[in-house]
Amino acid sequence: MRGRGGKEKLFSDRNINLQVRLCCPRRNNRTTQEPTFQYDFPWLASFRVPALPPGVVLGEQPLPPGVPSGSGLEAGPKAASPFYPGCSGGGGDCEARGPSWSWLTRTCGRHTQTWPSHSPKPRSSLGQRRCPPQPGAGPGFPPRSPPLRPAQRWVICSSAAVTSSRCRGSAVPWFLPLGGMEFAELIKTPRVDNVVLHRPFYPAVEGTLCLTGHHLILSSRQDNTEELWLLHSNIDAIDKRFVGSLGTVIIKCKDFRIIQLDIPGMEECLNIASSIETSEWRLSYVNKEFAVCPSYPPIVVVPKSIDDEALRKVATFRHGGRFPVLSYYHKKNGMVIMRSGQPLSGTNGRRCKEDEKLINATLRAGKRGYIIDTRSLNVAQQARAKGGGFEQEAHYPQWRRIHKSIERYHILQESLIKLVEACNDQTHNMDRWLSKLEASNWLTHIKEILTTACLAAQCIDREGASILIHGTEGTDSTLQVTSLAQIILEPRSRTIRGFEALIEREWLQAGHPFQQRCAQSAYCNIKQKWEAPVFLLFLDCVWQILRQFPCSFEFNENFLIMLFEHAYASQFGTFLGNNESERCKLKLQQKTMSLWSWVNRPSELSKFTNPLFEANALVIWPSVAPQSLQLWEGIFLRWNRSSRYLDEAYEEMVNIIEYNKELQAKVNILRRQLAELETEGGPQESP
Amino acid sequence: MEHIRTTKVEQVKLLDRFSTNNKSLTGTLYLTATHLLFIDSHQKETWILHHHIASVEKLALTTSGCPLVIQCKNFRIVHFIVPRERDCHDIYNSLLQLSKQAKYEDLYAFSYNPKQNDSERLQGWQLIDLAEEYKRMGVPNSNWQLSDANREYKICETYPRELYVPRIASKPIIVGSSKFRSKGRFPVLSYYHQDKEAAICRCSQPLSGFSARCLEDEHLLQAISKANPVNRYMYVMDTRPKHRMQSWWDTQKDIGRIIVRISSKIWSDERITESDEKKRLNAMANRAAGKGYENEDNYSNIRFQFVGIENIHVMRSSLQKLLEVNGTKGLSVNDFYSGLESSGWLRHIKAVMDAAIFLAKAIMVENASVLVHCSDGWDRTSQVCSLGSLLLDSYYRTVKGFMVLIEKDWIAFGHKFSERCGHLDGDPKEVSPVFTQFLECVWHLTEQFPQAFEFNEAFLLQIHEHIHSCQFGNFLGNCQKEREELKLKEKTYSLWPFLLDDLKKYLNPIYNSQSQRFTVLEPSTVSFNFKFWRNMYHQFDRTLHPRQSVFNIIMNMNEQNKQLEKDIKELESKIKQCKNKQTDDILTKELLHSIHPESPTLKSSLCFKEQTLLPVNDALRTIEGSNPTDNRYSDYAEEFSKAEPAVVSLEYGVARMTC
Repeated sequence: MRGRGGKEKLFSDRNINLQVRLCCPRRNNRTTQEPTFQYDFPWLASFRVPALPPGVVLGEQPLPPGVPSGSGLEAGPKAASPFYPGCSGGGGDCEARGPSWSWLTRTCGRHTQTWPSHSPKPRSSLGQRRCPPQPGAGPGFPPRSPPLRPAQRWVICSSAAVTSSRCRGSAVPWFLPLGGMEFAELIKTPRVDNVVLHRPFYPAVEGTLCLTGHHLILSSRQDNTEELWLLHSNIDAIDKRFVGSLGTVIIKCKDFRIIQLDIPGMEECLNIASSIETSEWRLSYVNKEFAVCPSYPPIVVVPKSIDDEALRKVATFRHGGRFPVLSYYHKKNGMVIMRSGQPLSGTNGRRCKEDEKLINATLRAGKRGYIIDTRSLNVAQQARAKGGGFEQEAHYPQWRRIHKSIERYHILQESLIKLVEACNDQTHNMDRWLSKLEASNWLTHIKEILTTACLAAQCIDREGASILIHGTEGTDSTLQVTSLAQIILEPRSRTIRGFEALIEREWLQAGHPFQQRCAQSAYCNIKQKWEAPVFLLFLDCVWQILRQFPCSFEFNENFLIMLFEHAYASQFGTFLGNNESERCKLKLQQKTMSLWSWVNRPSELSKFTNPLFEANALVIWPSVAPQSLQLWEGIFLRWNRSSRYLDEAYEEMVNIIEYNKELQAKVNILRRQLAELETEGGPQESP
Repeated sequence: MEHIRTTKVEQVKLLDRFSTNNKSLTGTLYLTATHLLFIDSHQKETWILHHHIASVEKLALTTSGCPLVIQCKNFRIVHFIVPRERDCHDIYNSLLQLSKQAKYEDLYAFSYNPKQNDSERLQGWQLIDLAEEYKRMGVPNSNWQLSDANREYKICETYPRELYVPRIASKPIIVGSSKFRSKGRFPVLSYYHQDKEAAICRCSQPLSGFSARCLEDEHLLQAISKANPVNRYMYVMDTRPKHRMQSWWDTQKDIGRIIVRISSKIWSDERITESDEKKRLNAMANRAAGKGYENEDNYSNIRFQFVGIENIHVMRSSLQKLLEVNGTKGLSVNDFYSGLESSGWLRHIKAVMDAAIFLAKAIMVENASVLVHCSDGWDRTSQVCSLGSLLLDSYYRTVKGFMVLIEKDWIAFGHKFSERCGHLDGDPKEVSPVFTQFLECVWHLTEQFPQAFEFNEAFLLQIHEHIHSCQFGNFLGNCQKEREELKLKEKTYSLWPFLLDDLKKYLNPIYNSQSQRFTVLEPSTVSFNFKFWRNMYHQFDRTLHPRQSVFNIIMNMNEQNKQLEKDIKELESKIKQCKNKQTDDILTKELLHSIHPESPTLKSSLCFKEQTLLPVNDALRTIEGSNPTDNRYSDYAEEFSKAEPAVVSLEYGVARMTC
C-alpha cells in the first residue's frame, strides 16, 4: 500500500475549491501542482494542428484522427471549446489567451475540473459563513500596489510574449516561494486540516488553515470561535521546526505578535512556510523583447532587490548577456542555484558593481556561497585574453570559487564518435574493446559532469550554501550541472512531469542551442565546431542515477531514449531552434505540435512509466566511482545486439508487479467482504 | 586457542577503503577462535572468518596508531588503525597463525557445529548423489558402462571411484591409457547428451617424454568415438593456448597434437575453414621442423582443437592486477579501464566462455563427442566441461542441478580446492581463482539470459564465500580419496542442505523453467557483453552499489505474491464459511446476502481502509539518501568534512513519511 500512498502524495488531489473562490481569476490553482504552464494543458496542444512555416519541412506530422490539417489553431473535436472560449482562428492568440485565464482548470492525476469564471464557484463553508472583504476577488477590492495585479500583469506579459508566439510562464518554477501576497498562484498547499494554533494566554485552537492571496486564515469551523485572519504583509519573520512528521511554524508579526502553528505533515508544513515567507525573489520582464539577453526567456527570476536597470547593466558584464538568474530554490533550507555566463572581466580585470550586488543579494547575512566554474582554472584564465574571465575573489569576498573541468564542443563530439565506433565494432578481441572504450573518454565525461553536479548539490544540501554556476557561455556544461543537481536534490524532478518541466526550464528556456548542438550525430563526416552531445551526456548522467536508484524515478529508460531521439530528430517543434527568441520568430507554438502534448497522452505515458516507482523524498547521492558507472547499453548497444532476452525479463518483471497489485486489490476486496459479512453476522448471532 | 594473544582491543578505527580524507568508524575489535569481529559505535558488526583472510599487513606506524590491512579471499579489504602498536602486533601475529592452518583438522569445518544429529548430517551428505545424476543423463546404456577399474583408487588417485567409460573399452585398454596420461587421468565420461548421443569426456595431457604412440590410448579414443552412433568424428580439445604448447613442445619433445587452433571467431564457418587451413599448414611446418607430432592417422576420425585458456599462474596474477587497480583510491575512469584491460581478466573469462561454447556447439550442431583436456585435467578442463554442460542442459541451471554440476565436474573429478583456495598453509603458487572464473562465467550467462537460471547472483556469491570459508566439508581436500581419508562425511557438514534451507534468498524471481528456448544457451561473446562483476569484486564496498535493488524488490514481491495467493484462498474459504453460517442461521435473509457482497452502496458507506498486508518492501525501500562523502566526489574540498547530523535526521524523517 505504500506505493500508492507515495504516489498519491505527489499527485494528490488537494482540495483547491477555497483557493479558487478567493483568488480567481488567477491561475493560482494550476501552478499549485503543475510545474510549468506549457504542458499543463497537453490536451489543448494536442488539438492544435501543426502547420509548417513556409519553407520549413518537418517531415511527417502525426495528426490526431479527425483533425483537418493546415488549420492553425482550429480545433477539431468539440472538447476544445471549453478550453478556448472565443477562440476561433490561428491569429487570435492574444484574444484567445485573454479569456482563457477566466477559466480555471486543474489536473490532478485522473481528474480535471473546470470552472468558467462567470459561473458560480464552489464555495467553502468557511467563506460562506463569514465574508470579510475578499482579497483579490471582489470587484470592490482595491488593487494593491503595484497597480496591476499579478494576473493582469501576466496577461500583459503573456500578450507580449504571444506576439512573439510562445507564451509560457515556465520562468516561474514551481519550487519557488514568491511570497504569498503577490503570487497567489504559487501557493502550493492552500489548505491544511488539523492545524493547531497556539497563542499566549488563549487556549489552543484546532482548525483548518487556509492560504489566500493575501491572508492566512485559521478557522475551527465552529460558530462560536473566532477565526484568525492574518495579512501576509503583517508577517515579519517565520521559524520552522520539526518533530517527527509534525511541523511547527512560528510566525512573528510586524505588530510584535508571535503565534505558533502546528501543522501535521512535513510537506504541508514546508509548503505553507514557503508560501508565507517573504520572498527574496521576483519575476523580471526585462527580457521580454529578448533585447537584454537573446538566449534567455522573456521572464526570469532574479533577486527582489535588483531592479531591471541594474539587470541591464549586469547583462553587459556577462557573456551573451546572460546575467545571473535563479535556476533552483531548495525549499528545505532556502539555498539557491543560480546560473549565468562568464563575467567579461578581461585582461584588465573589469568589474561591475551591479553584478557584485546582484550576486551578493542572494546570500543571507553572514552566509558564504560557492561559485562553480565548469572550466579548469587554466581555461578560465585563458578566457580572459578573449575578454571573458571569472569572478575575482577580491571583488566577491563572500564567494568561494571552485573550478571543475567539464569538456566542451568538439572534444565531446569526438568522444561520442569514438564511442559509437567502438560499440559498432563487433570485435571478439577483449583488449581492443576495452582500450577503445577507454579511449573514447565518454565515461570520463560522465564522471566529471556527475561529480560537479554532486558537488553543487552538496553545497546546497549539506553545506547550506547558495551557488552560482557558469562556464563560458552558460548554455552547456552549466545546464548539465544545474539540471543534474536538481535531479539529485528535488524529488519532483524525478517524476515524469517534473522532468519534462526540468527539460523545459533548464534546457529549452535556458537557451541550450539544440539546433546547433544536435544538428549532426556520430556518423556525419561534416564536422561543425559547435556540435556536441551535451544533452545526450546529460541524459546519460540521468540514466546512471536512474540505474543506481531504480525506484526513485517515475520514468524509465525508454523515456530518456525517447528524449534523445527527439532532441536529434523530431516531428515536434519542442527541440527546434536554439533559444526562446528563435522559437518565437519561427512561431513554433502556432505551427508545430509540442512533444509533451504527445508524450503526456496516457497511451504514450504507459510506455515511459517505471513500474517500480515510489516517491522518494530524499536527496539521492549517486556513486561516481568508475566501478559504478556503466556504458548505457540502451543507447549505444541498442542496434548492435539482440535484447530479446532482456526485454522478456523486463516484461516478466512488470508482470510480477502487476500481478502483485492485482492480488493486493483482490485481498482487500475479500477482506472487505469478510468484514461486511462479519458485521452483519455478528449481531445476528448474539441475540 | 594458543595463538590468540589478545582477545579485545578498544578504540580501533576502521577506515573507509576509498575515502581520501580518512573517514573512519571507531569501535572495538574482538578476536575469537574462528572470527575477527569489529563492532562499531553504531553496534554494526563486521565478522571476518579467519579462513577468509588472504593476507595481513602491518603498515608503518602513524600518529593515530598502527595500521593493519587485512585482505580477504572474498574480496573484502579492511583497514584498521589500532591505537597501540603492541596490540596491533599481537593481533597481527595471531591472525597470521589463525589464517594459515597447517593441518586439515584445524579448519573451521571440524569444529563447526550447527546442532544437527548424525542422521541429519548424513542426509545432508546424501543430498547430491552422482550415481543418480548419471542415471538422469542416461548412462549406463548400450554404449557406456560403469567401470570398476578405479574402485580402489588404483589407477588414478585423483579420480572418483565410479567412472563411466565406453562399453567396448576393456580394462587393459583403460590401464594402458592411464599410464600414457599424466597422473593416470585417462579419458572418462563427464556428460552424456541423451538426445544427441554425444558425450563430453575429460582426461589429462599425454605423458611428457613418451615419444612413442600408445595403442591403448588410441583404442580408448576410438571407443569413445564409436560410442557415438551418429557422428564417428570426435573432437579433442586442448584448452591450452597454442603458443604455450609450442614452447612446451620445444622443450619436452612430447608427442604432440595436430594443431587446429580455434580462434575466437569459431562460430563463423567461413573463417574457421580459412583459419583451419592456416593451422594445418602451421602444423605441417612444425612437423617438418621435427617437433615430434603424432601422425594424425594414428588417431583417425579425430579433430584436434586448441582453445587458449591460460594456466593457473597467469590467472592468479591477472586477478591480482585487477584487485590492485580496483583498490586504488580516487580511481579515474581511464585508469579503471586500462587496468581492466591490462589485467586481462575479462579476456580470460571470455576464453573460458569461448571454449565452453565451442564444446556445446560441437555437440549440438555436429553431434560429435568431445574429449577435453588441459595439463592435468582438473582446472581448465573442469571449467570447460562444467560450463559446456551448463549451456547444454537446463537441469544444471536449477539450484539442485548446479550443486550436482559442482559436485560432479569439480569436486568428484578432483579440482584441487584446498590448494587452489589456499585452505592450508601451502605453496602460494598453487593458489588460483579457477573456480571463481567459473562462477563469473555463470554470472555472465545470467546477465545475458536473465530468465534461464533458477538461482540468482546471491547463490553464486554464497558458494564463492564457502569455497574459502572451510566451514563445510565439501570443498576441503584436493580429491575424493583425500576426502575419504579425512572422514569428512563423519566429521563435517555438507554445504548444500544449508543453502537449500535458505532457498528463498537464492531464487531468481523471473526464472522461466517452461521456456523451450532455453534448453541450449547460445551466448554472444562479442566483447561488449563482458562486464566487470562489481557485486563480486566489490561485494563489501557498499557505496559502489546501486542504492535500490530492483532484483530484491521483485524477489520480495514474488514472495509476497505467494503469500497473497494463500491469503486469498483463506479469505475465500472464510467467506464461504461465513455465508454458510448465515444461510444456516437465517434462511430468510439468504436472498439479501447473495446480493450484498457486491452492493455498491455498502461499499461506499463502509469507511474501509486498505491494510498493509506485509511489511515486505519496507526494509528494502527505506531509501538511502546515502552520504555524499561516500561517493567519491567529496575528495577535493576538505572543508566539506563537517558533520551534518541535523539535516540527515530530517531527511530520514521524510523518508519514513513518504516511503
